[in-house]
Amino acid sequence: MKLNHLTAHEILELIAKKEYTAKDIYQSVHYQIEKTEKEVHAYANLTEPASLSIDENKSFPIPIAIKDNMCILDQETTCSSNILKGFKPSYDATVIQKLKDSGAIIVGHANMDEFAFGSSTETSCYGPTHNPWNLDCVPGGSSGGSTAAVASNQAIWAIGSDTGGSIRQPAAFCGVVGLKPTYGRVSRYGLIAFASSLDQIGPITKDIKDSALLMNIIAGHDPKDSTSINRTVPDYTNSLVNDVNGLRIGIPKEYFIDGIDAEVKQAVLDAIETLKERGATLKEVSLPHTEYAVATYYIIATSEASSNLARFDGVQYGLRKIPAKSRKSSIVDMYEETRATGFGTEAKRRIMLGTYSLSSGYYDDYYLKGLKVRTLIKQDFDKVFKDFDAIITPTTPTTAFKIGEKTSDPISMYLSDIFTISANLSGIPAISIPCGFSSNDLPIGMQIMAKPFDEEMLFRIGYTYQQITDWHKKRVDL
Amino acid sequence: MISKEDVLNIASLSRIHLKDNEIDQLTKNLEDILEYITKLENLDVSNVEPTSHVLALENVYREDTVIPSLGQANAIKISADIQNGSFKVPKVIE
Repeated sequence: MKLNHLTAHEILELIAKKEYTAKDIYQSVHYQIEKTEKEVHAYANLTEPASLSIDENKSFPIPIAIKDNMCILDQETTCSSNILKGFKPSYDATVIQKLKDSGAIIVGHANMDEFAFGSSTETSCYGPTHNPWNLDCVPGGSSGGSTAAVASNQAIWAIGSDTGGSIRQPAAFCGVVGLKPTYGRVSRYGLIAFASSLDQIGPITKDIKDSALLMNIIAGHDPKDSTSINRTVPDYTNSLVNDVNGLRIGIPKEYFIDGIDAEVKQAVLDAIETLKERGATLKEVSLPHTEYAVATYYIIATSEASSNLARFDGVQYGLRKIPAKSRKSSIVDMYEETRATGFGTEAKRRIMLGTYSLSSGYYDDYYLKGLKVRTLIKQDFDKVFKDFDAIITPTTPTTAFKIGEKTSDPISMYLSDIFTISANLSGIPAISIPCGFSSNDLPIGMQIMAKPFDEEMLFRIGYTYQQITDWHKKRVDL
Repeated sequence: MISKEDVLNIASLSRIHLKDNEIDQLTKNLEDILEYITKLENLDVSNVEPTSHVLALENVYREDTVIPSLGQANAIKISADIQNGSFKVPKVIE
């Protein structure tokens, strides 16, 4: 038995029976990192051995990878960007504080697309992460380092952030479970902001039970995040119920369109059939504004990003670049040179697109228009959820694509998030669960969406599905 | 649709100094993306309210009391250049 292939709940049982210690578990993960990290490149940086904390007396001594956009006290946190190289935060993000309190062992910062701008983890300043199932393929993104760490057994758990699908899309590509909770469910204090009306932190695990356990640790109100909601957090393990009898599940026709990979479509339809056999009622529904989601998202997300990233100016922290003597060097020259040197191409593209959308003369046609279409997209969901408990779709239109395949075509890259973006625009919770493999052995993910604050519904459906199927038990043998 | 001058203007508003070899590429990229976004023109939103936030957020207040925080020394120690407890930057006023 390979310890690092186990789920956290299996590990915790072994520790309770005193068959293994937390240290044994960490060693197995550490050994795997030494063996496979060179090929996978899931991490931006690893925790210094001296800072590693393994406490056998804590409840959840589980090795976890943290996306490189969450602040860890005194541990380099860079958003995988040159502009933050060397940045060591003076505080822990709230999720990090909660994880440390529960005993989780922070293995390192996972690689990501620079500032979470991407769907493939190729825009990282550290170079791309490779998909553990096929090293020539991308792991998805932007939390591709986090999902690859779990899929390659280089971590038992991981934390990601999801602005337009950045947890769910790479979870689908890597064959793991990735949850984007309801907007406001998890504190974002200490998460380096991308698009503040969309960003949400969530768990990446091997199965649904682990997802519920990890949500129990990270969810909840935080006075330090004014957008976090003061609402009781249920014990999510209570929703691990093997029963979908009578649940009403909507299947939106706009998500089964031409252009979606035939094997992905079939795998999701098979999963739907499995739930039907267990007594769920399935019916076709319509989310008519789906086709406008990507365009709406790229206006809103880049506008918010251009504003959030204005703070990277070389003054307070991070990179500072002053132009060579030949040019004048006022403070503005310092800003422009710092940002020119520190940001990668995709970051520049998005900051500029957002700046354009917000600029005088274009605001009404772009940003304001985007906010109005967002209303229409949200109303589509409100309407369906009046009669349905959940919605099921493919997480992505295809399985993982090849490294380099989409880097020169931003729009084709953006379209790989076509099925995940709407959940962020409407704030609802959504999860990706492994539901099959393609003929070339790449994982396929199914997405389940529910009403705001009904993560329990996602866990219930996902748990039932995982009692019948064993896609979530497949492990990469690297 | 979008000219090289537009791109340089946006770059200036964004406080990013573009290198010559970046300008053409970014012009083309932004043009393609803006072209894609024009699909929103198919929608009539004249009677639709904008959604800037999905939750009905209200301003959050707290008592105006002193609570422990980072402290000045801790907050500025990660800056590239500090002098007398302040961030030091190039000349602001000509």
